[in-house]
Amino acid sequence: MKHLLEMRNLSIDLFRGKKLPPVKLVEGVDIDIDKKQNFGVVGESGCGKSITCSTLMGLLSFPLSVGEGSSLRFLREDGTESELTSLSRAEMRKIRGKEISMIFQEPMTALDPMYTIEDQINETLRFHTDMTRAQMHEAALEMLRKVKIPRAAEILKDYPHHLSGGMLQRVMIAIALINNPRLLIADEPTTALDVTIQAQILDLMNDLRESYDTSVIMITHDLGVIAETCEEVAVFYAGQVIEQASVDAIFHEAAHPYTAGLLRSVTSLGGAQKTLYAIRGTVPTAGNFSAGCRFAERCEYCQERCRKEAPPLAVIAPGHTCRCWLHPAQKEGTA
Amino acid sequence: MKSFVETLRKLWADPMGKIGMVGVFLLLAMAVCAPLIAPYPYDQIGMRFQSPSGEHLFGTDKFGRDIFSRVLYGAQVSIQVGVIAVGIGAVFGYLLGLAAGYFEGVVDRVIMCVMDVLFAFPSILLAIFISAVLGKGIGPTMVAIGIVNIPVFCRTVRAAVISAKGLEYVKNAKSVGVKTWPILVRHISPNVVAPFTVQVTLALSGAILTEATLSFLGMGIQPPSPSWGSMLSEARADMARAPWVALFPLLFIVVTILVFNILGDALRDVLDPKLKV
Repeated sequence: MKHLLEMRNLSIDLFRGKKLPPVKLVEGVDIDIDKKQNFGVVGESGCGKSITCSTLMGLLSFPLSVGEGSSLRFLREDGTESELTSLSRAEMRKIRGKEISMIFQEPMTALDPMYTIEDQINETLRFHTDMTRAQMHEAALEMLRKVKIPRAAEILKDYPHHLSGGMLQRVMIAIALINNPRLLIADEPTTALDVTIQAQILDLMNDLRESYDTSVIMITHDLGVIAETCEEVAVFYAGQVIEQASVDAIFHEAAHPYTAGLLRSVTSLGGAQKTLYAIRGTVPTAGNFSAGCRFAERCEYCQERCRKEAPPLAVIAPGHTCRCWLHPAQKEGTA
Repeated sequence: MKSFVETLRKLWADPMGKIGMVGVFLLLAMAVCAPLIAPYPYDQIGMRFQSPSGEHLFGTDKFGRDIFSRVLYGAQVSIQVGVIAVGIGAVFGYLLGLAAGYFEGVVDRVIMCVMDVLFAFPSILLAIFISAVLGKGIGPTMVAIGIVNIPVFCRTVRAAVISAKGLEYVKNAKSVGVKTWPILVRHISPNVVAPFTVQVTLALSGAILTEATLSFLGMGIQPPSPSWGSMLSEARADMARAPWVALFPLLFIVVTILVFNILGDALRDVLDPKLKV
């Protein structure tokens, strides 16, 4: 296996009762994450990007479940491969926080107000290592310094409400990285922070990624964040990947009308834009997708065929895939 | 521990809280010190139907027993039954509620279905039914009242657990690989403490009332044990001739329920962060 993680045909079902078929919230996602790769996932709210990543952590709970035929192969630390969808809970727990970590959107609520920062860092260490209290203290201190928290020794004794959002996000990053994970999932890590702090956090993440050799999946709806941090991007729309390419290709040669629309709706400083572009309509709700392309209703280039037949994810250029009839596959069957 | 002292201090600062705390403290003191304060043993027989006087503070009943002494010992019974019955209800309710709220799915549905069945009966009727099955006396009464209390605790705890489970830091704890038990104990339980504590004080007054009712109906504590409910029951026939026989046990039931309720309400005001101004 040459990739760190291979998602194949990943789907996520929403259980609606015994008599109804489950709704597919996410469907047919194929993504490969390389070692040390920075992978971006963009999409609107509710397009399935966050639950896809919860699936990686094995954190889906009723009524959500992984659909049949899904495969998530992960290259473990010891060189063996694991199929994440079929691991036992105990096995999955060993991976969580050790080999795959996650950073959440709201640092203010992601830490338990009852315990000090040190307690919460120790919690991660305690379940994955055999360190003594003194060793854990040293490790925590060291980690806080790495995420550039000043007065680390004092901060360890503080409670979450003593710290600002930016500080807390640094603490979250420290907790996520302390066990040196192979994959870090960042679920909109900067959304709740103001712009200057955002830049600092992104810089910090870029630095740490290099020193820790960690792959990062960056989930966001902010294209700026993607441009700043990622090498490869997948664009989600209504539970499907509709376009995937390198950052350069996405920003300069966006193929799918949705991606193009997203890029046009970004304001630029000093640009001569008069009215901000908006994609018309709203995302269809899961379960109400038409037989054709899911974007057809909102697409400027919609044709007869789009409404009837769902386009496949086709390779339109080397390393560039797109789910649109406007861009026929370069070679048949390579998608 | 620090937050416990803090809670008590806030409670003391609240006028209603102060009344509740003092009232409950006096009742507890009364029950604990009953053998020291009571002028006569609770079953010593003397002159019948004496009206309240210096010698018999609350008068005597139809067997000539001192009502003041019997009321004091009655406080022992009431509080004992209240505490143990609520203890049974709280412990089982807590565990069931925790399991139902955290695991959801089948576990939740089975537990809540049983709880709903228990809930569907009026509590007195259920208590009568259970004590009819288990027999009379103090032990079965406590168990019966305890069982009646389980569904209320179960629901309270389940609701708190479900809302706590959605908190980011609980998800975060899961995502760093913390096991189920530590998550329940360290991260979820603290969110349950506030509603749970309030429920305990309110259930105490309910349990004491249920005990009095059961004893009044002749199902609970049996004579000659002095229970306020059974004292009332015995006093029924003599109420016209000697109102004090019924008055004093009644008064104590009312005051006890009142102070526990006041304490419960004040505790809720103090503990519920949503009510803070």
